[in-house]
Amino acid sequence: MEKRVLFRSRWLPYALVAPQIAITVVFFFWPAAQALYQSLLVEDAFGASSQFVWFDNFKELFANEDYLDSFRLTIVFSLLVTFLGLSISLVLAVFADRVIHAANVYKTLLIWPYAVAAAVAAVLWLFLFSPTLGVIALALKAMGFAWDPLLNGTDALILITVAAVWKQISYNFLFFLAGLQSIPKSLIEAAAIDGAGPVRRFVTIVFPLLTPTTFFLLVVNIVYAFFDTFAIVDAATGGGPAKATSILVFKVYHDGFKGLDLGGSAAQSVVLMAIVVTLTVVQFRFLEKKVQY
Amino acid sequence: MNRPIPAFARAALAVAVLGFATAASAQTEIQFWHSMTGALGDRVGDLAKRFNDSQKNYKVVPVFKGTYPESMAALVAATRAGNPPHMVQIFEVGTGTMMASGKAIKPVYEVMAQAGEKFDPKAYVPAVAGYYSTPTGQMLSFPFNSSTPVFYFNKDAFKKAGLDPNNPPKTWPAVMAAAAKLKVAGEKCGYTTGWPSWVHYETFSAWHDLPFATKQNGFAGIDPKLEIVNPLQIKHIENLVEWNKKGYFTYAGRTNEGEAKFFSGECPMMTSSSAAYANIKRNAKFDFGISTIPYYPDAPGAPQNTIIGGASLWVMNGKKADDYKGIARFLTWLSNPELQAEWHQQTGYLPITTAAYDITKKSGFYDKNPGTNVSVEQMIVKTTKNSKGVRLGNFVQVRDAIQEEFEAALAGKKTAKEAVEAGQKRGNEIIEKFAKAQKQG
Repeated sequence: MEKRVLFRSRWLPYALVAPQIAITVVFFFWPAAQALYQSLLVEDAFGASSQFVWFDNFKELFANEDYLDSFRLTIVFSLLVTFLGLSISLVLAVFADRVIHAANVYKTLLIWPYAVAAAVAAVLWLFLFSPTLGVIALALKAMGFAWDPLLNGTDALILITVAAVWKQISYNFLFFLAGLQSIPKSLIEAAAIDGAGPVRRFVTIVFPLLTPTTFFLLVVNIVYAFFDTFAIVDAATGGGPAKATSILVFKVYHDGFKGLDLGGSAAQSVVLMAIVVTLTVVQFRFLEKKVQY
Repeated sequence: MNRPIPAFARAALAVAVLGFATAASAQTEIQFWHSMTGALGDRVGDLAKRFNDSQKNYKVVPVFKGTYPESMAALVAATRAGNPPHMVQIFEVGTGTMMASGKAIKPVYEVMAQAGEKFDPKAYVPAVAGYYSTPTGQMLSFPFNSSTPVFYFNKDAFKKAGLDPNNPPKTWPAVMAAAAKLKVAGEKCGYTTGWPSWVHYETFSAWHDLPFATKQNGFAGIDPKLEIVNPLQIKHIENLVEWNKKGYFTYAGRTNEGEAKFFSGECPMMTSSSAAYANIKRNAKFDFGISTIPYYPDAPGAPQNTIIGGASLWVMNGKKADDYKGIARFLTWLSNPELQAEWHQQTGYLPITTAAYDITKKSGFYDKNPGTNVSVEQMIVKTTKNSKGVRLGNFVQVRDAIQEEFEAALAGKKTAKEAVEAGQKRGNEIIEKFAKAQKQG
C-alpha cells in the first residue's frame, strides 16, 4: 500500500529548495568565501593597497601570544557557560516538572530572560555588579570580597559568564522541560513501584532518556558561547581589563572594526569557522553514537 | 465645514509638493558624518542649519554615525562600496590611517585651492594645524574640535579637607598629598582620570619634553618605533599603581568614564579632556576649578606643552566638482573667527585660530569663567620635536595595547616596568603591521 505522494517532475524539487539555497549562498557561502580570500591579503583599511600574502596572517596569528591567550580563554569560557547553563537549567526543569501548584507561573518566569536582548542582559548584570552602585557588588563587599570587574580579570570573567549563562538558561530549560514531559510516565511509575527513589529514577531512567535533548543543547550551547556572547562582552567589559574577557569572537570584531586590521580579523574569523565546523562534525560523528534515541 | 478635498485640489496640491521637492533638490546636498552626542550634537546641527540658512546653493546634512571608531568603520565600509559621504569627522588617533589612505581622501588644501577659497594655514594655532598637516605645511584635514587634557578639581571638597581651593596642586607629588588629605577628610576617592593612554602616556611625554616614538613621534614616517620605556614614564606608572593601592587614585576605564565620577562628586580631582567642560558645567552640583596638568618638578624641560585630541574633518574623494565648491564654502564659513570663538566658549574645545582666541580674550570670557583659558595656554607655546603630538598608524590598537598593559599593572599582574615595556613591544608590532600594509601599493 503506497501512501506517499510521488512527484515525477524533474525541476520541481529543485525549484522548491532554490529559495533556501539562494539564501544560503548569498548570506553564508558568499561572505564566507570573501572572508577566506580576505584572510590571505594584507590590505590597508580603505583597500588602496593590497597584497596577496598566502598564509602570513595565520602564521602571525598563531605566533601571537595574545591570540593564544584569547583561545585558551574562549575554551574556558565556553566550557563554563555550557556546563553551568546546562546543569542549572536541568535542575530547574526537573523541579518545574514536579511542581503541582502554579506550575505555569514558574515556567513563564523561567522563560522570561530569553526575551531579553543580550546587550540589555549584559548591562543589567553590569549594574548589579558595578563596584560603586551594584546591589550584588555591595553585598559582596559587605561579606569581605574585594569585587572590582574593572581591574580584576577574574571578576570580569565571572561577570560575563553569569550574564551569558543567565541569558541561556531559559532556552535550555524549555528544551529540557519538553524532554522531561515526553518521557513515558509508565516507566517512572514502574521504577517507583520497584522501590527506586527519585535520584535513582533520574540517573537510570530520566537522564538516559534525555540524552538526545542534552546532546542537542550541548551543540547549541557551545556555538552560543563561541558566537552569540559577543554582545554581552561588548556591553559589559569591552574585552577588558587587560584582555581578560577578550574571547575570540570579540577579538574578531575589535581587530577588524576598531583596529581596521581586515586581513588579521578575516584570518581570525576563518579560524572560528573551522572550529565550529570541526566541533559539529566531531559531535555528530562520535558523540551521537552514544546517544540513545 | 468638513468637506473632503476635491480631486482637482488634491492633484494641485500634489503638483505643488512635487514642485517644491524639485526646487529643494536643486540644492547640492553635502553629507556630513559626525560623532558628536548630547549638547555637542545639538551644536553641530545648529552649525549646519545656520550655514544652510546663510546661502541657497548648498545644503549640509549632518548625520550622526555613532562613536568615533564606529563612524570610521562605517566610512571604511562605505568607501569600499564606492559610496563615501562628502565629509566625515575622524578622531585624532585615526589621523595616521586617514593620511595613509591615498586616493580615498581629498586633501583640504586641494579642495580650497580648486574652489578658489582663501585659505591660510598660518591663521590656525600651530600645535593644532601642525598635527593635521604634511611635513611641508599643507593641511590635509580641517581641524574641527580640538581638545587637550586639563586638571579639574572640586573646590567644595578642597575646602572641606582644609585645602586651598584657589591654589590647586601643580605637580604629581602635590596631587597625591592632596589626595591623602581628601581621603582623611572622608572622600572615597582622591583622583581619577579619563583617557589613560592619552593623558598618562602621550601627553605625559610631550608635557615632560620626552619623545613618544621615533621619526618625530611618527610625523616623519609611517614606521616609527615607540620610545615610551624611559625612567620617568616607568616611575609615573609605578606611582599610579601605588596610589591606586592606597586608594588615592581610582581607575575608571579607558575612555571618558572618569568624568562621571568627577561631576557626581565621587572623585574630587580628575585629569581629562578640556571638552568635558560643557558636561561638567551642566551636571556638577559644586564649585569646580580647572588647572594645568600636573608634572614632575625634577624633570628637566617640564612643563612643556600638552597635545591635542578631538577630531578633524576629512573630505572624501570621488565627488562632483560642484560638491567640492560647497564643501570649500562651508569650511570657509566655519573658519570665521567669531564663530570659532563662540564654539570654543560653548564647548570647551580649543579655539583653532589665533584670532578666535584673541576675540575670546578681549570679550572678557576668561575672566568671567576662570580656568577656561588653561587649555589654550597649555597649547600656545612653541613646540619642541617631542611635543607636536603623536601620529601613528593603527593608533587605536596601539592605544588599546598600552591601556591593557596599564590595567595589568594596576591589577598587580605585572610590574610598572614590565607593563610599559610590554605596551611598547605590542605597540611596535601593531605599527609594523600597519607599515607593512601600506608599503605594498
